[in-house]
Amino acid sequence: MTPLIVSILGSLASFALVLVVLELIRRRRLRERYALLWLATGLVLTALSAWREGLNTIAGWLGVRGYPPAVLFAVGVFFILAVLLHYSTVISRLTDQNVVLAQRLALLEEELRASAADGGRDG
Amino acid sequence: MTEPVATDASPSAGARLRELRRVAIVPALNEETTVARVIEELRAFDPGLDVVVVDDGSADGTADAAAAAGAHVLRLPFNLGIGGAVQTGFRYAFERGYDLAVRVDGDGQHDPAQLGAVIGPVVRDEADIAVGSRFLERGPGYRSSAPRRAGIRVLAAVVSRLAGRRVTDPTSGFQALNRRGIALFARDYPHDYPEVEATVMVARHRLRLVEVPVAMRERGGGRSSITALRSIYYMAKVLLALFVGLFRRTVLPQEEERA
Repeated sequence: MTPLIVSILGSLASFALVLVVLELIRRRRLRERYALLWLATGLVLTALSAWREGLNTIAGWLGVRGYPPAVLFAVGVFFILAVLLHYSTVISRLTDQNVVLAQRLALLEEELRASAADGGRDG
Repeated sequence: MTEPVATDASPSAGARLRELRRVAIVPALNEETTVARVIEELRAFDPGLDVVVVDDGSADGTADAAAAAGAHVLRLPFNLGIGGAVQTGFRYAFERGYDLAVRVDGDGQHDPAQLGAVIGPVVRDEADIAVGSRFLERGPGYRSSAPRRAGIRVLAAVVSRLAGRRVTDPTSGFQALNRRGIALFARDYPHDYPEVEATVMVARHRLRLVEVPVAMRERGGGRSSITALRSIYYMAKVLLALFVGLFRRTVLPQEEERA
Protein backbone atom coordinates (compact mmCIF):
# COMPACT_ATOMS: atom_id res chain seq x y z
CA MET A 1 0.00 0.00 0.00
CA THR A 2 1.12 3.55 -0.74
CA PRO A 3 2.36 5.42 2.36
CA LEU A 4 -0.25 8.02 3.41
CA ILE A 5 2.26 10.88 3.36
CA VAL A 6 3.13 10.10 -0.27
CA SER A 7 -0.55 10.25 -1.23
CA ILE A 8 -1.05 13.55 0.58
CA LEU A 9 2.07 15.26 -0.78
CA GLY A 10 1.45 13.90 -4.28
CA SER A 11 -2.14 15.17 -4.32
CA LEU A 12 -1.15 18.61 -3.03
CA ALA A 13 1.73 19.01 -5.49
CA SER A 14 -0.31 17.87 -8.51
CA PHE A 15 -3.26 20.05 -7.56
CA ALA A 16 -0.91 23.01 -7.12
CA LEU A 17 0.24 22.39 -10.71
CA VAL A 18 -3.37 22.65 -11.91
CA LEU A 19 -3.86 25.94 -10.05
CA VAL A 20 -0.59 27.42 -11.35
CA VAL A 21 -1.54 26.52 -14.94
CA LEU A 22 -5.00 28.12 -14.56
CA GLU A 23 -3.45 31.26 -13.09
CA LEU A 24 -0.95 31.50 -15.97
CA ILE A 25 -3.82 31.29 -18.47
CA ARG A 26 -5.71 33.96 -16.57
CA ARG A 27 -2.72 36.31 -16.77
CA ARG A 28 -2.31 35.47 -20.46
CA ARG A 29 1.15 34.09 -19.85
CA LEU A 30 0.02 30.72 -21.25
CA ARG A 31 -2.29 30.07 -24.18
CA GLU A 32 -5.12 27.60 -23.68
CA ARG A 33 -3.79 25.55 -26.57
CA TYR A 34 -0.54 24.81 -24.70
CA ALA A 35 -2.22 24.48 -21.33
CA LEU A 36 -4.46 21.51 -22.08
CA LEU A 37 -1.64 18.96 -21.84
CA TRP A 38 -0.38 20.45 -18.58
CA LEU A 39 -3.88 20.40 -17.12
CA ALA A 40 -4.30 16.76 -18.12
CA THR A 41 -0.96 16.00 -16.41
CA GLY A 42 -2.02 17.76 -13.22
CA LEU A 43 -5.49 16.22 -13.10
CA VAL A 44 -4.35 12.64 -13.80
CA LEU A 45 -1.56 12.84 -11.21
CA THR A 46 -3.95 14.38 -8.65
CA ALA A 47 -6.45 11.59 -9.22
CA LEU A 48 -3.83 8.82 -8.99
CA SER A 49 -2.30 10.32 -5.84
CA ALA A 50 -5.58 10.81 -4.03
CA TRP A 51 -7.26 7.56 -5.07
CA ARG A 52 -5.09 5.07 -3.14
CA GLU A 53 -7.11 1.97 -3.98
CA GLY A 54 -6.99 2.82 -7.67
CA LEU A 55 -3.22 3.32 -7.63
CA ASN A 56 -2.82 -0.10 -5.97
CA THR A 57 -5.05 -1.75 -8.56
CA ILE A 58 -3.26 -0.14 -11.49
CA ALA A 59 0.11 -1.08 -9.98
CA GLY A 60 -1.14 -4.67 -9.80
CA TRP A 61 -2.12 -4.59 -13.49
CA LEU A 62 1.27 -3.28 -14.45
CA GLY A 63 3.10 -5.89 -12.40
CA VAL A 64 4.52 -3.32 -9.99
CA ARG A 65 4.94 -5.15 -6.67
CA GLY A 66 6.03 -3.64 -3.37
CA TYR A 67 5.93 0.07 -4.14
CA PRO A 68 2.76 1.33 -5.94
CA PRO A 69 3.91 5.00 -6.06
CA ALA A 70 6.37 3.91 -8.76
CA VAL A 71 3.34 4.11 -11.04
CA LEU A 72 3.08 7.83 -10.22
CA PHE A 73 6.64 8.32 -11.46
CA ALA A 74 5.95 6.35 -14.61
CA VAL A 75 2.80 8.34 -15.43
CA GLY A 76 4.59 11.60 -14.58
CA VAL A 77 7.50 10.75 -16.86
CA PHE A 78 5.11 9.79 -19.67
CA PHE A 79 3.34 13.16 -19.49
CA ILE A 80 6.62 15.08 -19.28
CA LEU A 81 7.82 13.33 -22.43
CA ALA A 82 4.52 14.16 -24.17
CA VAL A 83 4.82 17.83 -23.21
CA LEU A 84 8.46 17.98 -24.38
CA LEU A 85 7.68 16.35 -27.71
CA HIS A 86 4.78 18.77 -28.17
CA TYR A 87 7.13 21.67 -27.47
CA SER A 88 9.63 20.39 -30.02
CA THR A 89 6.94 20.51 -32.69
CA VAL A 90 5.91 23.99 -31.58
CA ILE A 91 9.50 25.26 -31.63
CA SER A 92 10.00 23.78 -35.11
CA ARG A 93 6.93 25.60 -36.39
CA LEU A 94 8.05 28.87 -34.79
CA THR A 95 11.49 28.48 -36.40
CA ASP A 96 9.92 28.01 -39.84
CA GLN A 97 7.65 31.01 -39.38
CA ASN A 98 10.56 33.12 -38.14
CA VAL A 99 12.49 32.36 -41.33
CA VAL A 100 9.49 33.38 -43.46
CA LEU A 101 9.09 36.62 -41.49
CA ALA A 102 12.77 37.54 -41.86
CA GLN A 103 12.65 36.85 -45.61
CA ARG A 104 9.50 38.89 -46.07
CA LEU A 105 11.01 41.74 -44.07
CA ALA A 106 14.18 41.74 -46.20
CA LEU A 107 12.13 41.79 -49.42
CA LEU A 108 9.95 44.61 -48.08
CA GLU A 109 12.95 46.70 -47.04
CA GLU A 110 14.52 46.27 -50.45
CA GLU A 111 11.25 47.27 -52.12
CA LEU A 112 10.97 50.35 -49.88
CA ARG A 113 14.56 51.40 -50.57
CA ALA A 114 14.11 50.90 -54.31
CA SER A 115 10.91 52.94 -54.45
CA ALA A 116 12.47 55.68 -52.28
CA ALA A 117 15.42 55.84 -54.71
CA ASP A 118 13.04 55.99 -57.67
CA GLY A 119 11.00 58.75 -56.02
CA GLY A 120 14.20 60.74 -55.34
CA ARG A 121 15.30 60.50 -58.97
CA ASP A 122 11.89 61.50 -60.35
CA GLY A 123 11.34 64.34 -57.86
CA MET B 1 -34.14 50.30 -59.37
CA THR B 2 -34.56 49.96 -55.64
CA GLU B 3 -32.25 51.43 -53.06
CA PRO B 4 -29.53 48.82 -52.52
CA VAL B 5 -28.54 49.89 -49.02
CA ALA B 6 -30.05 48.71 -45.72
CA THR B 7 -33.21 47.01 -46.88
CA ASP B 8 -34.91 46.96 -43.50
CA ALA B 9 -33.67 50.30 -42.19
CA SER B 10 -35.57 53.56 -42.30
CA PRO B 11 -34.54 56.17 -44.90
CA SER B 12 -32.84 58.26 -42.23
CA ALA B 13 -30.80 55.23 -41.16
CA GLY B 14 -29.79 54.81 -44.79
CA ALA B 15 -28.63 58.42 -44.86
CA ARG B 16 -26.75 57.93 -41.60
CA LEU B 17 -25.10 54.81 -43.03
CA ARG B 18 -23.71 56.75 -45.99
CA GLU B 19 -22.02 59.22 -43.63
CA LEU B 20 -20.10 56.42 -41.94
CA ARG B 21 -16.71 55.19 -43.14
CA ARG B 22 -17.40 51.52 -43.54
CA VAL B 23 -15.36 48.43 -44.32
CA ALA B 24 -16.05 44.75 -44.88
CA ILE B 25 -13.51 42.36 -43.40
CA VAL B 26 -13.35 39.09 -45.35
CA PRO B 27 -11.13 36.36 -43.88
CA ALA B 28 -10.27 33.77 -46.53
CA LEU B 29 -8.28 30.54 -46.57
CA ASN B 30 -8.00 28.66 -49.88
CA GLU B 31 -11.19 30.21 -51.24
CA GLU B 32 -10.17 31.31 -54.74
CA THR B 33 -13.40 29.92 -56.19
CA THR B 34 -15.76 31.93 -53.99
CA VAL B 35 -13.96 35.04 -52.76
CA ALA B 36 -14.48 37.12 -55.93
CA ARG B 37 -18.22 36.48 -55.87
CA VAL B 38 -18.42 37.50 -52.23
CA ILE B 39 -16.63 40.77 -53.07
CA GLU B 40 -19.01 41.45 -55.98
CA GLU B 41 -22.02 40.77 -53.76
CA LEU B 42 -20.64 43.16 -51.13
CA ARG B 43 -20.29 45.85 -53.82
CA ALA B 44 -23.83 45.17 -55.01
CA PHE B 45 -25.11 45.57 -51.48
CA ASP B 46 -23.28 48.84 -50.85
CA PRO B 47 -20.93 50.43 -53.42
CA GLY B 48 -19.45 52.68 -50.70
CA LEU B 49 -18.23 49.73 -48.67
CA ASP B 50 -14.45 49.23 -48.70
CA VAL B 51 -13.54 45.56 -48.83
CA VAL B 52 -10.42 44.16 -47.18
CA VAL B 53 -9.65 40.49 -47.69
CA VAL B 54 -7.34 38.87 -45.15
CA ASP B 55 -5.62 35.96 -46.87
CA ASP B 56 -4.61 33.60 -44.07
CA GLY B 57 -1.68 32.01 -45.89
CA SER B 58 -3.68 30.36 -48.68
CA ALA B 59 -1.88 27.90 -50.95
CA ASP B 60 -4.15 28.72 -53.91
CA GLY B 61 -4.86 31.96 -55.77
CA THR B 62 -7.16 33.46 -53.14
CA ALA B 63 -5.15 36.69 -52.75
CA ASP B 64 -4.85 37.29 -56.52
CA ALA B 65 -8.55 36.54 -57.09
CA ALA B 66 -9.47 39.02 -54.36
CA ALA B 67 -7.12 41.70 -55.70
CA ALA B 68 -8.47 41.20 -59.23
CA ALA B 69 -11.99 41.71 -57.86
CA GLY B 70 -10.85 45.08 -56.53
CA ALA B 71 -10.46 44.38 -52.83
CA HIS B 72 -7.62 45.49 -50.59
CA VAL B 73 -5.72 42.33 -49.72
CA LEU B 74 -3.71 41.69 -46.58
CA ARG B 75 -1.52 38.66 -47.29
CA LEU B 76 -0.43 36.98 -44.09
CA PRO B 77 3.01 35.37 -44.53
CA PHE B 78 1.76 32.11 -42.99
CA ASN B 79 -1.44 30.68 -41.56
CA LEU B 80 -2.37 32.42 -38.32
CA GLY B 81 -5.69 30.67 -37.75
CA ILE B 82 -9.07 32.30 -38.05
CA GLY B 83 -8.71 34.41 -34.87
CA GLY B 84 -5.41 35.95 -35.91
CA ALA B 85 -6.65 36.54 -39.47
CA VAL B 86 -9.86 38.26 -38.41
CA GLN B 87 -8.02 40.39 -35.87
CA THR B 88 -5.71 41.59 -38.65
CA GLY B 89 -8.83 42.97 -40.31
CA PHE B 90 -10.00 44.64 -37.11
CA ARG B 91 -6.55 46.24 -36.63
CA TYR B 92 -6.75 47.54 -40.22
CA ALA B 93 -10.24 48.94 -39.59
CA PHE B 94 -9.12 50.54 -36.33
CA GLU B 95 -5.94 52.13 -37.68
CA ARG B 96 -7.64 53.40 -40.83
CA GLY B 97 -10.33 55.05 -38.71
CA TYR B 98 -13.40 53.17 -39.94
CA ASP B 99 -16.67 53.82 -38.08
CA LEU B 100 -18.40 50.60 -39.08
CA ALA B 101 -16.99 47.17 -39.85
CA VAL B 102 -18.81 44.11 -41.04
CA ARG B 103 -17.30 40.66 -41.10
CA VAL B 104 -18.26 38.34 -43.92
CA ASP B 105 -16.56 34.98 -44.49
CA GLY B 106 -14.84 34.38 -47.83
CA ASP B 107 -16.45 30.97 -48.35
CA GLY B 108 -19.82 32.42 -49.38
CA GLN B 109 -21.59 31.13 -46.28
CA HIS B 110 -22.68 34.64 -45.33
CA ASP B 111 -25.00 36.26 -47.87
CA PRO B 112 -24.10 39.96 -48.28
CA ALA B 113 -27.70 40.61 -49.34
CA GLN B 114 -28.63 40.07 -45.68
CA LEU B 115 -26.15 42.65 -44.40
CA GLY B 116 -28.90 45.26 -44.14
CA ALA B 117 -30.46 43.33 -41.28
CA VAL B 118 -27.10 42.80 -39.55
CA ILE B 119 -25.86 46.40 -39.72
CA GLY B 120 -29.29 47.85 -38.85
CA PRO B 121 -28.93 47.81 -35.03
CA VAL B 122 -25.39 49.25 -35.24
CA VAL B 123 -26.33 52.06 -37.64
CA ARG B 124 -29.32 52.97 -35.45
CA ASP B 125 -26.91 52.96 -32.47
CA GLU B 126 -28.91 50.28 -30.69
CA ALA B 127 -25.93 47.93 -30.51
CA ASP B 128 -22.15 48.04 -30.52
CA ILE B 129 -22.05 44.61 -32.09
CA ALA B 130 -24.78 42.89 -34.08
CA VAL B 131 -24.49 39.20 -34.90
CA GLY B 132 -26.42 37.28 -37.55
CA SER B 133 -27.91 34.17 -35.94
CA ARG B 134 -29.07 31.05 -37.76
CA PHE B 135 -31.10 29.86 -34.81
CA LEU B 136 -33.06 32.91 -33.72
CA GLU B 137 -35.95 32.10 -36.04
CA ARG B 138 -36.91 28.90 -37.79
CA GLY B 139 -35.94 29.93 -41.29
CA PRO B 140 -35.08 28.09 -44.48
CA GLY B 141 -31.29 28.60 -44.59
CA TYR B 142 -28.36 26.27 -43.95
CA ARG B 143 -28.04 25.43 -40.26
CA SER B 144 -24.92 23.23 -40.16
CA SER B 145 -24.69 19.47 -39.64
CA ALA B 146 -26.49 17.72 -36.76
CA PRO B 147 -23.46 16.98 -34.53
CA ARG B 148 -22.13 20.48 -35.03
CA ARG B 149 -25.53 21.91 -34.17
CA ALA B 150 -25.49 19.92 -30.92
CA GLY B 151 -22.06 21.38 -30.09
CA ILE B 152 -23.30 24.88 -30.88
CA ARG B 153 -26.29 24.34 -28.59
CA VAL B 154 -23.99 23.37 -25.68
CA LEU B 155 -21.81 26.43 -26.29
CA ALA B 156 -24.89 28.65 -26.64
CA ALA B 157 -26.13 27.50 -23.21
CA VAL B 158 -22.74 28.13 -21.57
CA VAL B 159 -22.27 31.49 -23.30
CA SER B 160 -25.81 32.66 -22.46
CA ARG B 161 -25.10 31.83 -18.82
CA LEU B 162 -21.76 33.66 -18.77
CA ALA B 163 -22.89 36.63 -20.83
CA GLY B 164 -26.04 37.03 -18.74
CA ARG B 165 -28.24 37.22 -21.81
CA ARG B 166 -29.70 34.81 -24.36
CA VAL B 167 -27.26 34.01 -27.16
CA THR B 168 -28.46 31.54 -29.80
CA ASP B 169 -25.55 31.39 -32.25
CA PRO B 170 -22.24 32.06 -30.44
CA THR B 171 -20.19 30.66 -33.34
CA SER B 172 -21.53 33.05 -35.98
CA GLY B 173 -18.92 35.22 -37.69
CA PHE B 174 -21.53 37.23 -39.60
CA GLN B 175 -21.18 40.45 -37.62
CA ALA B 176 -21.34 44.24 -37.72
CA LEU B 177 -19.44 46.43 -35.26
CA ASN B 178 -19.19 50.12 -34.49
CA ARG B 179 -16.01 51.94 -33.48
CA ARG B 180 -16.14 50.65 -29.88
CA GLY B 181 -16.48 47.08 -31.07
CA ILE B 182 -13.64 47.51 -33.57
CA ALA B 183 -11.41 49.01 -30.85
CA LEU B 184 -12.07 46.11 -28.49
CA PHE B 185 -11.34 43.40 -31.06
CA ALA B 186 -8.31 45.24 -32.46
CA ARG B 187 -6.77 45.10 -29.00
CA ASP B 188 -7.86 41.67 -27.87
CA TYR B 189 -9.31 38.82 -29.88
CA PRO B 190 -9.28 35.10 -29.08
CA HIS B 191 -7.29 32.61 -31.19
CA ASP B 192 -8.88 29.56 -32.76
CA TYR B 193 -12.68 29.25 -32.88
CA PRO B 194 -12.76 32.85 -31.58
CA GLU B 195 -16.41 33.92 -31.86
CA VAL B 196 -17.53 32.01 -28.77
CA GLU B 197 -15.02 33.61 -26.43
CA ALA B 198 -15.44 36.96 -28.15
CA THR B 199 -19.18 36.93 -27.36
CA VAL B 200 -18.47 36.58 -23.64
CA MET B 201 -15.72 39.22 -23.89
CA VAL B 202 -18.18 41.65 -25.45
CA ALA B 203 -20.65 41.11 -22.62
CA ARG B 204 -17.97 41.52 -19.96
CA HIS B 205 -16.87 44.82 -21.48
CA ARG B 206 -20.49 45.94 -21.29
CA LEU B 207 -20.76 46.51 -25.01
CA ARG B 208 -24.29 46.20 -26.38
CA LEU B 209 -24.75 42.92 -28.25
CA VAL B 210 -27.77 42.19 -30.44
CA GLU B 211 -28.56 39.05 -32.42
CA VAL B 212 -30.40 39.35 -35.71
CA PRO B 213 -32.04 36.40 -37.51
CA VAL B 214 -30.31 35.51 -40.79
CA ALA B 215 -30.28 32.56 -43.16
CA MET B 216 -26.86 31.23 -44.07
CA ARG B 217 -25.83 29.38 -47.19
CA GLU B 218 -23.87 26.19 -47.48
CA ARG B 219 -20.20 27.00 -48.00
CA GLY B 220 -19.49 27.50 -51.68
CA GLY B 221 -15.96 26.10 -51.80
CA GLY B 222 -12.93 25.21 -49.73
CA ARG B 223 -13.53 23.20 -46.60
CA SER B 224 -14.44 24.03 -43.05
CA SER B 225 -11.47 24.76 -40.82
CA ILE B 226 -13.07 22.55 -38.17
CA THR B 227 -12.85 18.80 -38.85
CA ALA B 228 -14.73 16.20 -36.81
CA LEU B 229 -11.79 15.10 -34.65
CA ARG B 230 -10.56 18.58 -33.93
CA SER B 231 -13.97 19.72 -32.73
CA ILE B 232 -13.57 17.76 -29.47
CA TYR B 233 -10.26 19.50 -28.86
CA TYR B 234 -11.89 22.84 -29.72
CA MET B 235 -14.76 22.22 -27.32
CA ALA B 236 -12.30 21.48 -24.49
CA LYS B 237 -10.19 24.51 -25.39
CA VAL B 238 -13.14 26.89 -25.69
CA LEU B 239 -14.77 25.72 -22.45
CA LEU B 240 -11.42 26.11 -20.65
CA ALA B 241 -10.99 29.58 -22.11
CA LEU B 242 -14.53 30.58 -21.12
CA PHE B 243 -13.97 29.29 -17.59
CA VAL B 244 -10.64 31.07 -17.10
CA GLY B 245 -12.01 34.21 -18.78
CA LEU B 246 -14.46 34.53 -15.89
CA PHE B 247 -11.62 35.30 -13.51
CA ARG B 248 -9.97 37.83 -15.79
CA ARG B 249 -10.28 41.57 -15.48
CA THR B 250 -11.45 43.42 -18.60
CA VAL B 251 -8.77 44.44 -21.10
CA LEU B 252 -9.83 47.99 -21.71
CA PRO B 253 -10.16 50.34 -18.76
CA GLN B 254 -13.78 51.46 -18.55
CA GLU B 255 -12.90 55.14 -19.22
CA GLU B 256 -11.11 54.28 -22.42
CA GLU B 257 -14.11 52.27 -23.51
CA ARG B 258 -16.49 55.17 -23.10
CA ALA B 259 -14.29 57.57 -25.05
